[in-house]
Amino acid sequence: MESVGLDLLVEELRDTFESGKTRDFSWRKAQLKSLLKLLEEKEEDIFMALYKDLGKHHCEVFRDEVGVLIKSVNYALDNLKTWMAAKKVYVPLAAIPSSAEMVPEPLGVVLLFSSWNFPIGLSLEPIIGAISAGNAVVLKPSEIAPASSEFLAKNIPLYLDNKAVKVIQGGKRVGEQLLELKWDKIFFTGSNRVARTIMSAAAKHLTPVALELGGKCPAIIDSLSGSRDRKVAIDRVVGGKWGPCCGQACIGIDYLLVEEKFAPVVIELLKATIKRFYTKREYISKIVNMQHFQRLSNLLKDPAVAESIVCGGSIDSETLFIEPTILVNPPLDSDIMTEEIFGPLLPIITLKKIDDCIRFLRGRPKPLAIYAFTNNEKFRKRLIEETSSGCIAFNDAVIQYACDTIAFGGVGQSGFGQYHGKFSFELFSHSKPVLRRSFLTEFSFRYPPWNERKLKFMRLLYRFDYFGLVLLILGLKR
Amino acid sequence: MEAVGKGVDSASERVEEIVGELRRSFTERRTVGYEWRVAQLKAILRMIEEREADFMAALYSDLSKPQMEAFLHEISLVRAACELLLKELKHWMKPQKVPTKITTFPSSACIVSEPLGVVLVISPWNYPFLLSLEPVIGAIAAGNAVVLKPSEVAPAMSALFAKVFPEYLDNSSIRVVEGGASETTVLLEQKWDKIFFTGNPKIGRIIMTAAAKNLTPVVLELGGKAPVVVDSNCDLKVAAKRIVVGKWGCNNGQACVSPDYIITTKSFALQLVNALKNTLEAFYGKDPLESKDLSRIVNSNHFERLTRLLDEVEVSDKVVHGGQRNKELLFIAPTLLLDPPLDSLIMQEEIFGPLLPILTVDKVEDSFDIINTGTKPLAAYLFTKNKKLQKKFVMTTSTGAILINDIALQIANPNLPFGGVGESGMGSYHGKFSFDAFSHKKGVLVRGFGGEARARYPPYTPMKQKLLRNLLNGSIVALILALMGWPWRE
Repeated sequence: MESVGLDLLVEELRDTFESGKTRDFSWRKAQLKSLLKLLEEKEEDIFMALYKDLGKHHCEVFRDEVGVLIKSVNYALDNLKTWMAAKKVYVPLAAIPSSAEMVPEPLGVVLLFSSWNFPIGLSLEPIIGAISAGNAVVLKPSEIAPASSEFLAKNIPLYLDNKAVKVIQGGKRVGEQLLELKWDKIFFTGSNRVARTIMSAAAKHLTPVALELGGKCPAIIDSLSGSRDRKVAIDRVVGGKWGPCCGQACIGIDYLLVEEKFAPVVIELLKATIKRFYTKREYISKIVNMQHFQRLSNLLKDPAVAESIVCGGSIDSETLFIEPTILVNPPLDSDIMTEEIFGPLLPIITLKKIDDCIRFLRGRPKPLAIYAFTNNEKFRKRLIEETSSGCIAFNDAVIQYACDTIAFGGVGQSGFGQYHGKFSFELFSHSKPVLRRSFLTEFSFRYPPWNERKLKFMRLLYRFDYFGLVLLILGLKR
Repeated sequence: MEAVGKGVDSASERVEEIVGELRRSFTERRTVGYEWRVAQLKAILRMIEEREADFMAALYSDLSKPQMEAFLHEISLVRAACELLLKELKHWMKPQKVPTKITTFPSSACIVSEPLGVVLVISPWNYPFLLSLEPVIGAIAAGNAVVLKPSEVAPAMSALFAKVFPEYLDNSSIRVVEGGASETTVLLEQKWDKIFFTGNPKIGRIIMTAAAKNLTPVVLELGGKAPVVVDSNCDLKVAAKRIVVGKWGCNNGQACVSPDYIITTKSFALQLVNALKNTLEAFYGKDPLESKDLSRIVNSNHFERLTRLLDEVEVSDKVVHGGQRNKELLFIAPTLLLDPPLDSLIMQEEIFGPLLPILTVDKVEDSFDIINTGTKPLAAYLFTKNKKLQKKFVMTTSTGAILINDIALQIANPNLPFGGVGESGMGSYHGKFSFDAFSHKKGVLVRGFGGEARARYPPYTPMKQKLLRNLLNGSIVALILALMGWPWRE
């Protein structure tokens, strides 16, 4: 698409925004309800698009994308009025007549970049936030998931207000053209490398950004005693590794940290569970494209890495399939242990004592999530206090994505800016403080000419307390 | 005191060493504990109390700031911020429990505030004490190690910080690095966990571009042209006083929240101008050059800049009051202009000085359109008793903050976030917002091993598929319950 065309498109959105239409509660509600309709009526099409792009089974699609979106839209519909309301702020002196409140207002026209691994989920979840907050939106879906991109380009105009929400398809070139324009916020989900380009481009216009990146999310498995606990834990580990898009997920488990004594148990259970779950090929997604397939196969080419494989390892370039593969202690400086894997390879790093994981993680880039399977309260406390990550979840993996009350986002190299639930609303809003004073109360020594006497008086009054001083300034103390 | 390095290389090495030391300190968890943070905050209070005279002297040397302003706008605000943090810190550091829903049942969740790591604070020259210490206090309260780079345009304050910080604060975790553009460039090449910048938008862009290389989040407190709309339906006497003290009583107009220009109706303009003239005379005397209550223009660069704004063709003849200047004393009298052209420099750039243009419109609502054609300012003000007009103003004006019937007070309320939007910046601070600005809010989700959901996992047998399918048509709650396998039995 010509950049001139893009210019006009964005101008149209800006005109729509300036008209005030998107600020209306009824407009926002109608859009959200339409989104719900889209999810319900076009579900089959969504399943088909995701099958085409990623070979995802429709149960996975429902569990990870459609179902989560339905929950998010309903949550937004239930809470929108509260979120939009001005909130009274405590003025320390209950100074009548003087009042303060925070008024949320939309930012304007926002740009969303979504990634290819959850192409529908990661496109619509930020749209929910942007629309709830009253903005006009441009969505650029990833070209690496073309069927999903096509689905969005075709259906969003059918359900949402075409003058306020637009989908622009394309690759790198289109992304660059979009970044030259002025936006009121840019929301990006993807890799660190592209994030840097986005933030640099945003800096030219002083556009605030939210970057949802990734990292190597470790799962720490403590020695669990009960066989039931072990089974549930490993089920969740397997579900957290190969379940979401065959390991191609920012919050998916990247590698395991296990005590060396406990490792054999873990490996056996993993093997058994993989066998139990993946009885058919269709239950696991494929690698998205040849480029990523080769990237992943190259990780295994390193001889020291290949040696450490204990399970799986077979690859099929025609179907872009890589078997769930487990490795034990590949070299820590190999690519598989320094880069985000984003695929179905699971290294297990063994430690002498499980507590050593804290030292292991220190100094490594902060991931989007840390998972720990343990019943030990003290260990849990240490992990919370001594590690840093976007979020930390105990005894489960990935599921924090579905929890609206904790913000979802990274820290350090895993990004900044948080969303989900009301955090989405806040991310796309400016919370504007509004103070009102009356003319009735006035106090003279706020004003020049100033002299020693006035200053002395101020100091004296100030010694009582700061609030007294503010009272004075506000003209309520004589 | 950190002497300015002899070459970029040695400056670079020195800065790298400092940042390395701070990072080690942070990794060893020196700054994380409650006791350390409290000790530093208390030390800052002691520093302010014991060295107040030195700080006031530095403010006078750098800016000729009147004592009253220095005390009210800088010293007392920082002291108040410290005291508030000391009072609330324990409470703010506690994990905040949040409800969890059926989706993740059974589970419990909370949000934990954790420090970001090693942060950089770059402060400006106009409130060199306040705008250095307020963010530094926030960074410390949140448990970070911090480097402060004060503005070289306020050299006395910068040197004073470099001298007293090591005397009062933990040098292994809190440092001052003095210098100008080249030192700042060197600092920006380091890896920070957050950069907090107060200054102008041009530098703000440079800072954000540098931060992008390391994906460092930033808070940018910038500026803008803060408009004041004056309606004829107001108490003119009080309004004039508040406007005058908000403009010339705030570092002589060199403040980001100071009124930049006024918009009023054609019919009211004369009255307003007269009221302002009278108030100016009452506050600063017939010859403002003699008044001790005005800061000077900070340096000759800014003096040249401001005289250029005044002397532009089509602008110089719009002066209706003031206009006198004295280059040696870096003095420009409080100056009012009436209807300079909208495309003149004085109406395009942030003035940041003692010049106050007054634009006139037919209807007071027309002023809202003028404001909205410009970039979003840090603050917007309206003087009126008309509640409907107030409401319209709040709804249509996008700005950092709105204050009705007064000027600049928003900075004194710690319950309100202070920050801009659009060109006036991103992020906010003051009060708890300072603590939040320098924290990462980490979600913590705790599940038990009970409540397992078979339908979550493959193999996706026909029965599971049917289950999901049936529940799809039912309520989402039932569906999610099934996903969680509760109270499901296979």
